[in-house]
Amino acid sequence: MNWSVITQNLPLFFTGVRMTLTISFLALLVSIPIGVIAGLFRVSRFRLLRVVSAVYVEFFRGVPLLVLLIWIFFVLGRFLRLGPYWSAILGLGVFSGAFVAEIVRSGIQSVPRGQMEAARASGMTYLQAMTYVILPQAVRKVLPPMASQFIILVKDSSLVSVISIVDLSMVAKNLVATTFRSVEIWTFVAVLYFCITYGLSQLIAFCERKFHMDH
Amino acid sequence: MNSTMPPTVSQPMVSIRNVRKKFGDLEVLKNVSIEVPKSQVFGFIGPSGAGKSTIVRTVNALEGIDGGEIWVGGVSVHGPSTDLNRLRANIGFVSQSFNLYPHLKVLENVALAPIKVKRQPPSQAREYAASILKTLGLEDKMDAFPTRLSGGQQQRVAIARALAMEPRLMIFDEPTSALDPELIKEVLDAIRGLLATGITMLLVTHEMNFAREICDSIVFMAEGEILETGAPEQFFSHPQTQRARDFLSAILNR
Ligand SMILES: Nc1ncnc2c1ncn2[C@@H]1O[C@H](COP(=O)(O)OP(=O)(O)O)[C@@H](O)[C@H]1O
Ligand SMILES: [Mg+2]
Repeated sequence: MNWSVITQNLPLFFTGVRMTLTISFLALLVSIPIGVIAGLFRVSRFRLLRVVSAVYVEFFRGVPLLVLLIWIFFVLGRFLRLGPYWSAILGLGVFSGAFVAEIVRSGIQSVPRGQMEAARASGMTYLQAMTYVILPQAVRKVLPPMASQFIILVKDSSLVSVISIVDLSMVAKNLVATTFRSVEIWTFVAVLYFCITYGLSQLIAFCERKFHMDH
Repeated sequence: MNSTMPPTVSQPMVSIRNVRKKFGDLEVLKNVSIEVPKSQVFGFIGPSGAGKSTIVRTVNALEGIDGGEIWVGGVSVHGPSTDLNRLRANIGFVSQSFNLYPHLKVLENVALAPIKVKRQPPSQAREYAASILKTLGLEDKMDAFPTRLSGGQQQRVAIARALAMEPRLMIFDEPTSALDPELIKEVLDAIRGLLATGITMLLVTHEMNFAREICDSIVFMAEGEILETGAPEQFFSHPQTQRARDFLSAILNR
């Protein structure tokens, strides 16, 4: 074992980490609004909205991320002049959004029916009841599955190297190709991914505790 | 009396006319009609599955209807252009399962609808909410979360939450059915306390003594039909139908 390959290339690894974090974070920012809206559509009274949401969720859950990224980059990305960077963010975002939508839906449906009924009976509109009664309760229920989903998102982001994004795993691949120190490099990269996801889960655990303290 | 006084039109508070309702193939309400004058308390009693919940829930449109019409305070509840939210803001609804908002403290539970629906200034809404909670003996629970309260306290908060909207009609659907026996009295006392305000009430209940005491009329239902209506004394002492006699003897000999 020779760990000097790591110490000598630390800056390179950190550019990789930065790219992984940036892409994951921006994809997260895409997936949350999409997921919340799709989740709300899924429980809507309007059939059309339910259908639109169901099609979205089923489609993106059913297509492998690798295939999706390549398709977005080569087909949609070319058409919309997106480039690899925005193709990666869009691909990861809409992919993850489908899972977020399911989490949001199950969170909303976990709130007892009587809550919506009590709110509507007091004269609130559907939107008011959602905003002040249902969603605040759903948020508490969705935090743990949401945390898992974001950790999956960070790990899934390692696939963006197929569309030539130089993220952490791409840095590793390139370094291995020139130095042949695959054991050291992949071990270190695994540790880095773990640090990122562990940090993320700690952050979310902190948010959860904060929510429960407010309770 | 001054002869120039305008004639008082005594419009009923609730008017249910030939209402029919189906759940799938099951006819839950078969041509139900009831007139509830202002300030009267109507008790709905009858065996489980009679349609008592369904009929009172059609009055604030928590359930739709398949025929007939319902008027509340001169508004057609199921009319095509009815502003349901506005109508419901004037109708208090208390069900068996209190359905308090678990993420909000007691005071906020009570003040939420006045703030959001009636757009009252929050401080004013909270002040009024606190005064109602006080009348119901809950002044030391205002900062508690609902899950910390006993069932009886939760149900009184639910009553306070409904009253905070200053409704003209209160609907109670078995308000004490989910309560342990020793907690029933405090909720019945809270309802009894409303009599003095002259608010119109629809009360579905299995508490026969209470119904007999506070109701102006009893509506006896079975299998989606009204079999008897009348003054409590008459109904409880001289039920007209065999169905009512069977029901009363079963429930009184429990
Ligand atoms: N949402 C529903 N869907 C299908 N059937 C229902 C529903 N609500 C009530 N029912 C049926 O309608 C009948 C009357 O119910 P309900 O009004 O709750 O009776 P009660 O309150 O007198 O016990 C029952 O047979 C019940 O099973
Ligand atoms: Mg019932």
